[in-house]
Amino acid sequence: MSQAIASQQHPAPLTAGNGASFEPVTGRYLNLSLLGKAHRLYMEESGQGIPLLCLHTAGSDSRQYRALQNDEQILRNFRVIAFDLPYHGKSSPPAGWQSHEYKLTSSDYVQIVLTVCAALGLEKPVVMGCSIGGRIVLQLALEHAQRFRALIGLQSGAHVDPYYDLDWLHRPDVHGGEVCAGIVSGLIGPSAPAAERWETLWHYMQSGPGVFKGDLYFYKIDGDMRGRLGGIDTSRCPLYLLSGEYDYSCTPQDTQDLGRRISGAQVTIMEGLGHFPMSEDSQLFLRYLRPVLEQVLR
Amino acid sequence: MTDSSTATAIDDLRERVNSDDWLVHRGRFVETRFLLESGTQTYLIAIHAGRIESVIKGPFVMPQWVFALRASSQTWDEFWQANPKPGFNDLMAMIKFRTMKLEGNQLPFIANLLYFKDVLASVRSSTC
Repeated sequence: MSQAIASQQHPAPLTAGNGASFEPVTGRYLNLSLLGKAHRLYMEESGQGIPLLCLHTAGSDSRQYRALQNDEQILRNFRVIAFDLPYHGKSSPPAGWQSHEYKLTSSDYVQIVLTVCAALGLEKPVVMGCSIGGRIVLQLALEHAQRFRALIGLQSGAHVDPYYDLDWLHRPDVHGGEVCAGIVSGLIGPSAPAAERWETLWHYMQSGPGVFKGDLYFYKIDGDMRGRLGGIDTSRCPLYLLSGEYDYSCTPQDTQDLGRRISGAQVTIMEGLGHFPMSEDSQLFLRYLRPVLEQVLR
Repeated sequence: MTDSSTATAIDDLRERVNSDDWLVHRGRFVETRFLLESGTQTYLIAIHAGRIESVIKGPFVMPQWVFALRASSQTWDEFWQANPKPGFNDLMAMIKFRTMKLEGNQLPFIANLLYFKDVLASVRSSTC
């Protein structure tokens, strides 16, 4: 009996044949209490070594990091972990979601990241986030620098003014998936491979109703970091900022402005890339990321 | 720069869109007429079931349209490039940087945003 239970807990590794293959990525569900409510979060991980926690963009999910989670070189030194925020991907919203408008706030987002790190027992992880994830790493750098080995912001800016009416993203006479993809499609660099471009957009098309809009509450309204950047001390935790040149949401100028305001922040502008570097043109992005990870390893 | 690149693009628009079956299919619920302004030149473009039904060159005395896309001829010149520079690669980028204005009833444009982006991008290579 005990052997049977042990077998259920540690199933034999799956094998694939006939030309099929498994990736080194393992997906699991994490049950935990977040912000006072029970949550079931989906997470994926691969590799071993320094924990590298990856945060997806607004209205998308952890699949954006699929290339990173399959990169043999990175997996030799890093345990790459990506989780879907509540409401995103395969992470369900909490019970009662149907009677509230979803709005991501700065304090909730910080708590989610810290709670997940604690639940997984991650010691001094590297956190890398893109867009809203790139914004929250600034707040982590400001308020919790000692907890992290390094912070990497992709498409990081202190603030973005709304440039269209966010209500378009969630109303019954406009298809939410189509409009969310339409809003972000131009943020992808024009030379991105078609397969990766359209996979990136597919993730947006699958987002739940109002989720992208709710994330943008943090990105465009609640998460304004202007005026707080001076408190970031990169001697406590290195901060790397990488931004694609075709991003008109968080522009290269926005990131360069961060570099001027945060002493010690290392800025890289990535030619040809847009707002979703790890997903839209993953191999080009990895060329920019590898030197950063080499610095983290030292 | 003159309106010449826009004129070339608009000349090709009907053929490019209507010969792309998948693009027409994606726009199969689109019934609208919009105004495209390039500097001093204006065009009224009518769409029926995803196909470009007519393109009429202005000037107009009393034009009727559902929505309008207004930009300078220089802005459109940049947009029509096969490899556009950052800021000119996308209609929403031009809105963000205030180089293009979207006016009127935005609903058909927003509800079919990917379609309209690809309609106008379809003539990019024709201007080079």
